[in-house]
Amino acid sequence: MTGRVAAVAAFDADPAEWPRVLAGTGPQREAALAQLHALLLRIARGEVARRGPRLQLTGPELDDLAYQATADALIAITSKLAQFRGESRFTTWAYKFVIFEVSAKIGRHFWRHPSVPLDAEGWERLPDTFGFDPVQEAEWRDLLAALRRAVDEKLTARQRRVFVAIVLNKVPLDALVIEMAANRNAIYQTLFDARRKLRAALAADGYIGDDGWRRS
Amino acid sequence: MNGWSALDGFLRTDPWDVGCAQAMEMLHIYAELAAAGAAVEERYPGVAAHLRACGPCGDDFDGLLAAVHVEKH
Repeated sequence: MTGRVAAVAAFDADPAEWPRVLAGTGPQREAALAQLHALLLRIARGEVARRGPRLQLTGPELDDLAYQATADALIAITSKLAQFRGESRFTTWAYKFVIFEVSAKIGRHFWRHPSVPLDAEGWERLPDTFGFDPVQEAEWRDLLAALRRAVDEKLTARQRRVFVAIVLNKVPLDALVIEMAANRNAIYQTLFDARRKLRAALAADGYIGDDGWRRS
Repeated sequence: MNGWSALDGFLRTDPWDVGCAQAMEMLHIYAELAAAGAAVEERYPGVAAHLRACGPCGDDFDGLLAAVHVEKH
């Protein structure tokens, strides 16, 4: 067993040990911080590597992102120690913060090379977005026209903005969070409510029922 | 998946869905239980519904689950 693994095992033998030492002072705290930093960095590197193929990021940029996420996660963890209630291992709780930081930083990165302007409305991409076959356009043309009408007439301005960004323009939700100075829950809930309204509108127009689509 | 089922999936909302805030709050507990093979979908149906519907939270869950597995080995 290496020294680092042995130390983690010792901390995990007592779930209260990590927060107790991290809340303290002196060399013991410094050692725990260094150890936690190393653990978080390993997880951050693994996470950016896992997500890397989907991102326009190269090796050094990915590593830089992992370091930034680790540093910010460490700050978040040490400032929220009182919130750790021992419902999981301390490290699992801590890893959650570094995963969230990786997500947030990837969202921020999107705006360095946005694929579309935020005010664009790519309605022509809608059939492709959902995978409708162009050969069968006669079957879905009216449905998507009704969907567009519902977006225009039934959604609030904020719901419409979120729908256009995420569905039409493929802006990642975490990137839209930054653009709209919101949080993930608020954007998700806005889209959730929009989805419910759109389904209700299509149902009212006779396109969909409880048992599925009513195709002519 | 064709366009009809994809659009249906997008428009279908689950009333159990707890939203991002609650799912993120619970994620470390949920991931650790999932890694241990517990029936998390039965124990926390609202979180499970959310993770199925929310891409970013689902991605965070996958990442945290991978992290828990890394630590176990």
